[in-house]
Amino acid sequence: MKHQFMSQRTLYDKVWERHAVRTLPSGQTQLFIGLHLIHEVTSPQAFAWLRERGLRVAFPERTLATVDHIVPTDDQSRPYRDPLAEEMLQAIERNCREFGIRLYQPGSGKQGVVHIIAPEQGLTQPGMTIACGDSHTATHGAFGAIAFGIGTSQVRDVLATQSLALSRLKVRRIEVRGALARGVTAKDLILHILRVLTAKGGVGYAYEFAGEAIHRLSMEERMTVCNMAIEGGARCGYVNPDAITYDYLRGREHAPQGEAFARAVQDWSAIASDPDAAYDDRRVFDAGALEPMITWGISPDQGIGVSEPVPPPEAFPEHERAGVAEAYAYMGVRPGQRLLGLPIDVAFIGSCTNGRLSDLRAAAEVVRRHGGRVKPGVKAFIVPGSEAVKRAAEAEGLHELFLAHGFEWRAAGCSMCLAMNPDRLVGRQLAISTSNRNFKGRQGSPEGRTILASPPMVALAALEGAVSDVRQLLHSSSHAEPHP
Amino acid sequence: MPNRILEVSGRAVPVRGNDIDTDRIIPARFLRCVTFDGLGQHAFADDRAQRRAQGGLHPFDDPRFAGASILLANANFGCGSSREHAPQALARWGIRAIVAVSYSEIFHGNCVAIGVPAVRVSQLDSERLQDLAERAPTLTFTVDLERLEVRASDGTSVPCQLAEGPRRQFLSGSWDALGELLEGLPAVRARAAQLPYLRGFA
Ligand code: SF4
Repeated sequence: MKHQFMSQRTLYDKVWERHAVRTLPSGQTQLFIGLHLIHEVTSPQAFAWLRERGLRVAFPERTLATVDHIVPTDDQSRPYRDPLAEEMLQAIERNCREFGIRLYQPGSGKQGVVHIIAPEQGLTQPGMTIACGDSHTATHGAFGAIAFGIGTSQVRDVLATQSLALSRLKVRRIEVRGALARGVTAKDLILHILRVLTAKGGVGYAYEFAGEAIHRLSMEERMTVCNMAIEGGARCGYVNPDAITYDYLRGREHAPQGEAFARAVQDWSAIASDPDAAYDDRRVFDAGALEPMITWGISPDQGIGVSEPVPPPEAFPEHERAGVAEAYAYMGVRPGQRLLGLPIDVAFIGSCTNGRLSDLRAAAEVVRRHGGRVKPGVKAFIVPGSEAVKRAAEAEGLHELFLAHGFEWRAAGCSMCLAMNPDRLVGRQLAISTSNRNFKGRQGSPEGRTILASPPMVALAALEGAVSDVRQLLHSSSHAEPHP
Repeated sequence: MPNRILEVSGRAVPVRGNDIDTDRIIPARFLRCVTFDGLGQHAFADDRAQRRAQGGLHPFDDPRFAGASILLANANFGCGSSREHAPQALARWGIRAIVAVSYSEIFHGNCVAIGVPAVRVSQLDSERLQDLAERAPTLTFTVDLERLEVRASDGTSVPCQLAEGPRRQFLSGSWDALGELLEGLPAVRARAAQLPYLRGFA
């Protein structure tokens, strides 16, 4: 049995024990939630329940609200053209006013995709429990927090009690050795891990991402990895905090200030998994062996290296082959086919997976080196994950570069990651996207198709009009040095 | 509070396929709403339209399964987005229990929170039950949470699983956790007062 010895605990164990309030009659634990994030889609019904039962919000200062899913990323003037979107925005405004919750609106300078703004403002910190009515809450685990998505009934529970009824997860340590090659990104790493462990392999687990390759990643890259833990079935993913974590947090608005910061670092270091911690499962990966990844199917674990062929049905267990056949048919690909050179219609760079400043810089580097314009007929657009990311990118002139090369430059929001705002695929359009889900219909058309890839791969596909291998560009064009 | 759920009985509707995600259960465009009312009619909207366009019928449109209250699914059902709109849409369509090989964590938790037991059966049994419902759609199925079995009125019976916590919640009528969580509020406040990050790391 694990959890027995104080010296053998994982970060997950320690954070859990620190936040456990009591054992409920069901046997579940009442767990304190340190930070609650809400957005416009999954919260209105929760507030309606509170009103029905005459309840108040127990810790309004521990909840932060923003709007991201429904906001248009082009014309943001109010009222929104979509009356349903306008109604949802008004609902969250009213709810936050009535219950005393901070709301970051478009124009506030702090609005953005919920999983991007909380880290950039220093709200997300090591050792916290974080919940949000959104599955990609796993993103915040990059800081060594236990962060997970919840449903609307649970949003209500957190609002009313700042706690949840939960059962403990198992912990799988995913150790990644070595280092990523040039042109291979954190996105490629997580797509590879998903392919190996499958979309359901993580059910019942928290994923601890560890090892040399993980600790070499920047915080933004770690967020990309943890973000997609949910695509592997894991409820949350995390990285033990280290010097890179502390450097990222130092000086951010809501991070501890002054002397408190030094005390915080001590506490955060102690929360990391012990070297001899006991895990329920362990897996080892080699980062050096990876190439840029693309997905060929309709589940995020249906990924391949960009030079590999689409796998044959025999590569999958028998009971999965019907689903695999469905994926070939939906995507219009054949087993054995290579996707290099496959024409694309839409290129989308953004989302809580890849909508941060370093993602936009990586895309910009590809644009500079390539030097061309977006292929005629291709719609390519770049959506910063937050107003702060947009400001920072514009301060570096990235928007001018993108615009000059034929990309659209938008305002912050979820945009074409999902079909709740005006940015959508049409008909059977094929998109290459830095988002996280290639599900049927995810990007707004019931027949629309999605290839998931990294920001450099998407930028290059936009310029070439087809799926391309970014390594060729990065290795060949030594003449075009990045500027400024 | 005493809203105990010991078993759910009714006709069953099989929806085949692994990894059926919540975007398919309720496409995102129907999430532009501030209440869950009216979601029922949009359950599986795109899958149903697609099946119709191909000249077929999705089980949710098949008159043989009209009025069914038990959904028979396969592996990793409800993966993807955490939207509670998905189980809400199924519940409002008429589903009161789900039988599948496995579920995404969040989807399963959402089902518990709204009082829809979602039990697990083996891969083989999930397909057997689906075959049975297709052959004999008028059979009554029972998901029995006390005995942990799924029965059909022709005598078929297979074991099922449900974690002990949620099982106790259904059997005792405490699947809506809010009441118990509210009782613990003083303890929550005491716990919060000890957390380093709420005390300035002092
Ligand atoms: S960017 Fe996409 S995945 Fe992230 S919160 Fe928005 S819709 Fe969800």
